[in-house]
Amino acid sequence: MLNEIIFLLCASLTLAGAVAAMMLRNLVHCALCAAGAFAGLAALYLQLDAQFVGLAQLLIYVGAIAILIVFTIMLTRGDEVRPGASIASPLWWVGLPVGALVLACLVGAIMASPSLLRLPAGAVHAPVRKIGEALMNRYVMPLQAVGLLLTAALLGAVAIGLREPRDAESKTQ
Amino acid sequence: MSRLDQIFVLTGHWLAGWAPAALRPLASAVLAIACIMAVFATCFALTTLAERKLLGRMQNRFGPNRVGPCGLFQPVADGVKMLIKEDIVPFSADKTLHFLAPIVLTVPIWLAFAVLPFGRNMTAIDLDGGILFFFAIGSASELAVFMAGWSSQNKYSVVGAMRAIAQMISYEVPLVLSTVPVLMLAGSLSLNDIVAAQGTYAFGWLARWNVFTPWGLAGLFLFLIAATAESNRSPFDLPEGESEIIAGYLTEYSGFKYALFFLGEYVGLFAGAGLGVTLFLGGWHAPVKGLEWAPSWLWFGVKFAALIFLFIWARATLPRLRLDQLLNFAWRFMVPLSLVNLLVAAAWYWTGAWPFGGAAPIRWVLCAGLFIFPYHWLGRALRGPLPPPRKYSYAE
Repeated sequence: MLNEIIFLLCASLTLAGAVAAMMLRNLVHCALCAAGAFAGLAALYLQLDAQFVGLAQLLIYVGAIAILIVFTIMLTRGDEVRPGASIASPLWWVGLPVGALVLACLVGAIMASPSLLRLPAGAVHAPVRKIGEALMNRYVMPLQAVGLLLTAALLGAVAIGLREPRDAESKTQ
Repeated sequence: MSRLDQIFVLTGHWLAGWAPAALRPLASAVLAIACIMAVFATCFALTTLAERKLLGRMQNRFGPNRVGPCGLFQPVADGVKMLIKEDIVPFSADKTLHFLAPIVLTVPIWLAFAVLPFGRNMTAIDLDGGILFFFAIGSASELAVFMAGWSSQNKYSVVGAMRAIAQMISYEVPLVLSTVPVLMLAGSLSLNDIVAAQGTYAFGWLARWNVFTPWGLAGLFLFLIAATAESNRSPFDLPEGESEIIAGYLTEYSGFKYALFFLGEYVGLFAGAGLGVTLFLGGWHAPVKGLEWAPSWLWFGVKFAALIFLFIWARATLPRLRLDQLLNFAWRFMVPLSLVNLLVAAAWYWTGAWPFGGAAPIRWVLCAGLFIFPYHWLGRALRGPLPPPRKYSYAE
């Protein structure tokens, strides 16, 4: 009973956040609603006893990606849609096939995976220690590769960010 | 295990025992929440008073001394003032976000206390990934600060919020990195396991706290600096910058909402100090074997109070930094040093197996040197050229 109530709360938070992120007119509100949806999703993971995934979701999506979105909005443009203008872009119908394709892929993958089989409660238990051991033993090469990729991306971002002031200096000199 | 040590646990069990069996888990959860909130809200009131008194003492003045004996009731007066003050919301403010921001800031900060071990058997929830939970839940406060600054529709608020977020993001990196050596050597993310790993004694009497190792000492200082910056306290309080951007994101807040921000800042500091005690100062363990008779929660409280005193001391002593100095300090000094500290911890781990006698001092000196050399070199490299000696035209 308690579990159902918690599930309903988290699920409605996630859904409401996601819908509001699409429908609201103010970009900052949209970003914050998306953050709310991320938090709801994290709560769902935690309720499923997937501690590591849930906490990583909070740490990365609420702590980093939402902040990134907010910063991008603040640094690039005004936050108001002109009154009277439609919130949908003129090419909104392009999204339809893309959305349908993604949905088909996800449904196909989920139907093919064994996760639909009803396992007895507690059959799958992945404590943080087990995940850490797996990451450090069996999956250490993929982990290193991801680390390398992210470091390269970080350096690239810094390089792109640094270029402008240098050009400006050389022009003024 | 003595009765006194477990007095809160036993009382909690006894009280929860009155509830019907189905509601017992809920009852003990509510009890734990109520205790944490009551204790740390009281701590907040006492700390505001102690801080003002100590600041006064350090700056050679009296501090508050008018309300009650020695100014003891000053927090009560402050609280009443905050409660009955008019709540002003600017006309052009985003009303919903302006209302939500203090709540979004305060709730996650309280949640962070759920995983801290305050004494033997005194952890509200013993999570596998306790420290992960601590940092994950804390990341919501950046969004709250943004909400507060942006919804006020005031340029000072927005500037203050941007400063605060830049600072919090920058210092979160060294904050998390400085805790990694502890996790590596304890081999666990659970705060209870980390405390247990520090529970043995070296030479038969001195506790094996992490702070007694080179990487632990360096890590504690890195952690404390980053925690000060995370909670926007002096010398890192320039998001508030009263003299330049009139309190930053707090400009348009008054009354109880302002009080909530104030509370959030202090309680966030308490959570940081509690984590510092747990990770580096041995949690609730006694410092020497002979003092084990004192209850574990008392040891936690003493260390906690010592760290809070350190924070107040730093606030009284150090001047405020400039924003570029602050960010440079984070990225060019704190982050490299915390990475170096990881290497030092690795060296400490591998030299732990040295078989010959007298290895301990050599090991200590080697690891300390591994940290001190980069520290010295980085500090020199960051200082830049010294300004030329000042010339006085008329004074000589």
